[in-house]
Amino acid sequence: MELAHLWGILFISLHAMVPITLAAIGESIEESAGLFNIGLEGILLLSALTGALGAQASGSAVMGLVTGMATGAIVGLLFGFISTTLRGSQLISGVGINLFALGFVALMLTVMGAPGFHSVAREVQVALIPLGVGNLSPLVLVTVVLAIVAWWLLRRTQLGIWIRAVGENPAAADVAGIRVNAIRLGAAIAAGVFAGLAGAYLSIDWFGAVTKEITAGRGFIALAIVVFSGLNPLLALLGGFIFGFFDGLATWVATYPGIKEIIPWQFVAMAPYVVTLAVVAGAIGRVRFPSALGVPYVRE
Amino acid sequence: MFASKSLKKQIEPIVESLLAGLVGLVIGALIMLAFGHNPLAAYRSLLLGSVGSVYSLAESLAVATPLILTALTFAVAMRGGLFNIGAEGQVYMGSLAAVSVGLLHLPAPFNLIVALLAAMIAGIVWSLPVALLKLGRGVHEVISTIMFNWIAHFFAFYLIANVLTDPKRGDRTISIIESARLTRILPTATLNTGLFISLLTVAIILFLLWRTSTGFEIRAAGYNPHASHHAGINIRKQVLRVFLIGGAVAGLAGAIQVMGRPPYYAVMSGMPQLVNLGFDGIGVAMIGRNHPIGIVFAALFFGGLMVGGRIMQFDPGVPFELVRVIEGVIILALAVPELRRQFSRLKGRWGRKE
Repeated sequence: MELAHLWGILFISLHAMVPITLAAIGESIEESAGLFNIGLEGILLLSALTGALGAQASGSAVMGLVTGMATGAIVGLLFGFISTTLRGSQLISGVGINLFALGFVALMLTVMGAPGFHSVAREVQVALIPLGVGNLSPLVLVTVVLAIVAWWLLRRTQLGIWIRAVGENPAAADVAGIRVNAIRLGAAIAAGVFAGLAGAYLSIDWFGAVTKEITAGRGFIALAIVVFSGLNPLLALLGGFIFGFFDGLATWVATYPGIKEIIPWQFVAMAPYVVTLAVVAGAIGRVRFPSALGVPYVRE
Repeated sequence: MFASKSLKKQIEPIVESLLAGLVGLVIGALIMLAFGHNPLAAYRSLLLGSVGSVYSLAESLAVATPLILTALTFAVAMRGGLFNIGAEGQVYMGSLAAVSVGLLHLPAPFNLIVALLAAMIAGIVWSLPVALLKLGRGVHEVISTIMFNWIAHFFAFYLIANVLTDPKRGDRTISIIESARLTRILPTATLNTGLFISLLTVAIILFLLWRTSTGFEIRAAGYNPHASHHAGINIRKQVLRVFLIGGAVAGLAGAIQVMGRPPYYAVMSGMPQLVNLGFDGIGVAMIGRNHPIGIVFAALFFGGLMVGGRIMQFDPGVPFELVRVIEGVIILALAVPELRRQFSRLKGRWGRKE
């Protein structure tokens, strides 16, 4: 194996790390506040579409990312509103978001005249940074910075203490004067923004296209990474990289002459999911989740 | 007085589902308006296309048949307090197990029953590890079932392309052997005796959940695990039971979908007749409020949407995908217990004005 291949695997790993890690960071904040959103997959899918549309309409990749984040914020707000003010079921509304996204994106792709596939013009895709050994998306750096910022926010600031307080013991937080539902709503919106950025990254950066299957379970893998990380954004970055590495390795094995003939591509494609299962199964036991996770807060 | 109260308790979920359905259809109509379609024309063609003739009603029932089963998988788990979204992958495994029975060259009378059993076992094989991971390592079933769905997806692709491939046609598996095929009920429609298998399963689950001690223990564990544990119910055993039943039923859905589907009686590459059965089943279970009888009606409603949606696509030209958007909105509306409360408050206010 030549050095160029190692660089190749590293770059694919870093690019595969981005969407999962971003979604996992947002979800870590949200779960710290006591909300569990299995609609992440749907947010990724919706914002992959709107991000591409936003980039094309404005002619700017940055605007595309912003559109994706705005989409995530809106869906996050909806989820947060149902889970806090309306005291709805988080699992059921998450499933609703996923089904809605599946239908809406397929609908829009059909309406736009390209059932199943819509490519994004190269001019409005995120510009890559040429590094000599390969091209790197700036979003890789953004992801690393955001992981550090989110860790600092959750573990080192007053806001972080409030967020964890409403997740751990909402009644006590309420007595202490913290507005439980406001914090939870904010966390839900923040998680939506992170997932929205991740979704837009998929379509206008990594793949350069929108498809119905573009998310490929990445929202759920992000949920698994959150479990692995124990709500620590820095460990989510590590988990995202491990998954990204196997994703990258799979892509490499599936295309490398001499290996692709021996191992069927389908088994290679399974690897990231098998690894996620193994990692989560290995991580549990030492992880402790907020006491009030998934439970709506009702003032007595 | 007491009787009327329990009657009200039984009607409440039905009212909730109808309300949510209404919200879904209204928002669907708004989306159609936004795209410049006439929602009334679309819903008219959807209604006629789904139940307007014997043929279309039979097609709606045919679509409902596997959805009843995948919804039961989800509902049994929900009754046991577990969130099993693994039917999707178990359906793939079940259908391929049914196909592979053709390779065994059994005496003809055995084929049908062996194919159904093989599918149930395959579903269980794909379901049980989820229970074991939960019990052994504390892995949440939402995460493990989704991972197993994706592993099943690629494993099925491998089997279709490399192992069970039709030697004459590379784009599908070998066909179910004739002695294992389910009989059509009408000469033209795809509706087949699989419907009776689905309905029989509904009856069995209904009996199991509300008339046996096994069912009582599952429901008790779901209702209040702490109290059940102190009452001597083995909670871990219920997790195993739920995934055992769920896997078998989802595997059966996969088998029916290939054993009763003319003209090829084979799994096509890309699995168009199987993909999303598990996920749509979740929606059906939620609309049917996780009750076997409710699920039958919800599946028929959803089958009608799917079949009518195809007609709607041609007549007023509203894309078929809108159907799933409506389903998503219905589920979101169902998540909100406040919806009904707000609605009855509104009704009360109007009532006072009159």
